[in-house]
Amino acid sequence: MPDSHDLSEVPRPAAAGVARAGVGGSAAGGGETSRPAVEFRDIDIAYGKFVAVRDFSLSIRKGSFVTLLGPSGCGKTTILRSIAGLVDISGGQIMIDGRRVDDVPIYKRNIGLVFQSYALFPHKNVFDNVAFGLKYRNVPKPEIARKVGQALEMVRLPGSEKKLPSQLSGGQQQRIALARAIVFEPQVLLLDEPLSALDANMREEMRVEIKKIQKETGITAIFVTHDQEEALSMSDRIVVMNAGAVEQIGTPQEVYETPATAFVADFLGKANMLAGTVSKSDGATAVVLAAGQTVNVVCPRPLAPGSKVTIVVRPQKLSVGAAVSANRLSGRVVSASYLGGSAIYEIDVGGKTSIRANAPISGRVLREGEAIDLGFDPEGCVLLDEDGQRIS
Amino acid sequence: MERRWTLYDPRLAWMLVAPVLLLLIFFLVLPIAVMAAYTFFTFVTAGVETSALTTANWHEFLTDSYYHGFLLKTLRVGAMTALLCGVLGYFPAYFIWATTFKHKWLLLLLLIVPFWISFTIRTFSWINILGEQGVINVALLKLGIINEPLPMLYNEGAVILGLLHFLLPYMILNVYVSLEGIDRTLISAARSMGCTSAQAFREVTLPLSLPGLAAGLLLCFVLAAGSYVTPQLLGSGRDALFGNLIYDTIMGELNWPMGATLSIVLFVVLGFFAAIYTRYMGMSQIVKGLAG
Repeated sequence: MPDSHDLSEVPRPAAAGVARAGVGGSAAGGGETSRPAVEFRDIDIAYGKFVAVRDFSLSIRKGSFVTLLGPSGCGKTTILRSIAGLVDISGGQIMIDGRRVDDVPIYKRNIGLVFQSYALFPHKNVFDNVAFGLKYRNVPKPEIARKVGQALEMVRLPGSEKKLPSQLSGGQQQRIALARAIVFEPQVLLLDEPLSALDANMREEMRVEIKKIQKETGITAIFVTHDQEEALSMSDRIVVMNAGAVEQIGTPQEVYETPATAFVADFLGKANMLAGTVSKSDGATAVVLAAGQTVNVVCPRPLAPGSKVTIVVRPQKLSVGAAVSANRLSGRVVSASYLGGSAIYEIDVGGKTSIRANAPISGRVLREGEAIDLGFDPEGCVLLDEDGQRIS
Repeated sequence: MERRWTLYDPRLAWMLVAPVLLLLIFFLVLPIAVMAAYTFFTFVTAGVETSALTTANWHEFLTDSYYHGFLLKTLRVGAMTALLCGVLGYFPAYFIWATTFKHKWLLLLLLIVPFWISFTIRTFSWINILGEQGVINVALLKLGIINEPLPMLYNEGAVILGLLHFLLPYMILNVYVSLEGIDRTLISAARSMGCTSAQAFREVTLPLSLPGLAAGLLLCFVLAAGSYVTPQLLGSGRDALFGNLIYDTIMGELNWPMGATLSIVLFVVLGFFAAIYTRYMGMSQIVKGLAG
């Protein structure tokens, strides 16, 4: 199991810069100690013989925005549906605000749900759609009208009460779905890939919108997506999942900059993975032979010479040409894409290793076939062991 | 200049529609027109009529309450059959839709199996079930529960039963198709907002399946009101429907002009109901909502 199954609440570092888990935790000292909004304890979910989720544990702080990120079929939607009660768990416990809900029927759970397909009632107008949850909570009529008005105001579609869903665009429908899910002030808001049915422009707009509304209302939100950009830009914390299990839990910065496993490194932002062999190591650094050349990397503990490791380097952490200061590797440009401020190079090193670098342009953009130097700081990378786990 | 053909050429569209259009014109529109013309012909004696134009047939239909009674009764039986089909057909349709049974296609196939046997033979089979020597009466007599056979055949109940037997699959399929069109996440959404299963059914499933139910009701009504074989086989003379009246007029009395008049009447009345129904039952409105 990855060592990062850290269940303690790790607040997102307020200031810029890399904050390790421990540092952030102590900085928050004496902060919120109330019980988590949602807590999973050793959840297993199986469909017949197929185990969709195994041994899933997570606790989510009130008012935070947590994303379950992973490829399709990794179990993230199943977990979301289990909170809602749409899927039965086969083991473990789910608590909402300290109350066990495994046996609570779905209609008594008080959760707001936003679906990828919007799931607006096509035969009801916008008002009746948004008022739906309030009606079943016996809210008096004038109060319903007021709250629906407020919710529509919040999603910036006031005055659309009389329209049918089919008269709205995709983005508008999803706003109404959001209004419908938050209007009765549920304990948790569940968002199941709410942006993937929208076109690219609308998606970015809705991303900001959802985040803003979540902040304004202070609602606890659980967001499911396979889009790493959505996850990185919106979340307080990201749970990276693969094949029914958790790979890593952390702030966006943590999972991006210090991936716990090879899967996380590859899934978030396609990091370069250099296979190598340790030739010398002390408690702080290691010398690794990779792609036929020697590099120095930071290493938290001594490693036995001869052990196999993988060096994970983000394309942005690589420098090219004159900018290289450490760990100089030489290679040849396979392809170059000009992006204006920077360029992306595919570089062949030693005939076997292909490296992707995203570097600011100084001088001219190198062309295919030209020799190129690249390098990275010893601190600018993460070391994985033979099993693909981060060495710490 | 010769225009080049394109994939969505209107000329191509007309050519593709032409066979059906010709069939409809020659085998539907023209015969009806001929029948309509016949209603103004003069009946001389059995099997003989002249083309001297008259309104006598229409006058007879409009003034003789004998015909009106048959017409009203036909509409009543049709409506009753349709309503019974709706009530009895919704549940199997809902069951087939909701079941988690792996081989759903088998259940749907079962609905279609009766169509493999001739409709007339299926209707006849009721005689072996309900007749004086039928299964039920013989069994009850043998068990000593009754002393003489129950009169279950040759009454209006038997006619409606036969029509139900014939029409239920149409109703079930219609309702099933509209249920199948419902996005199931809508039900999850309703449940997550506080509905019990029964409330979610009332709020979402039922209203969204109404177009199918409405279409099924109309279909069953029109088919039942236009039926001829079932009342002929399972009803007594008093249980005849308008279709039987037409048959008797044409084949018994050999009065073709009056037979044509009655046929046109049934055609117009059922067509009128179908038109009013589709226009005012809000079906188009619901369909529009579903399109989103």
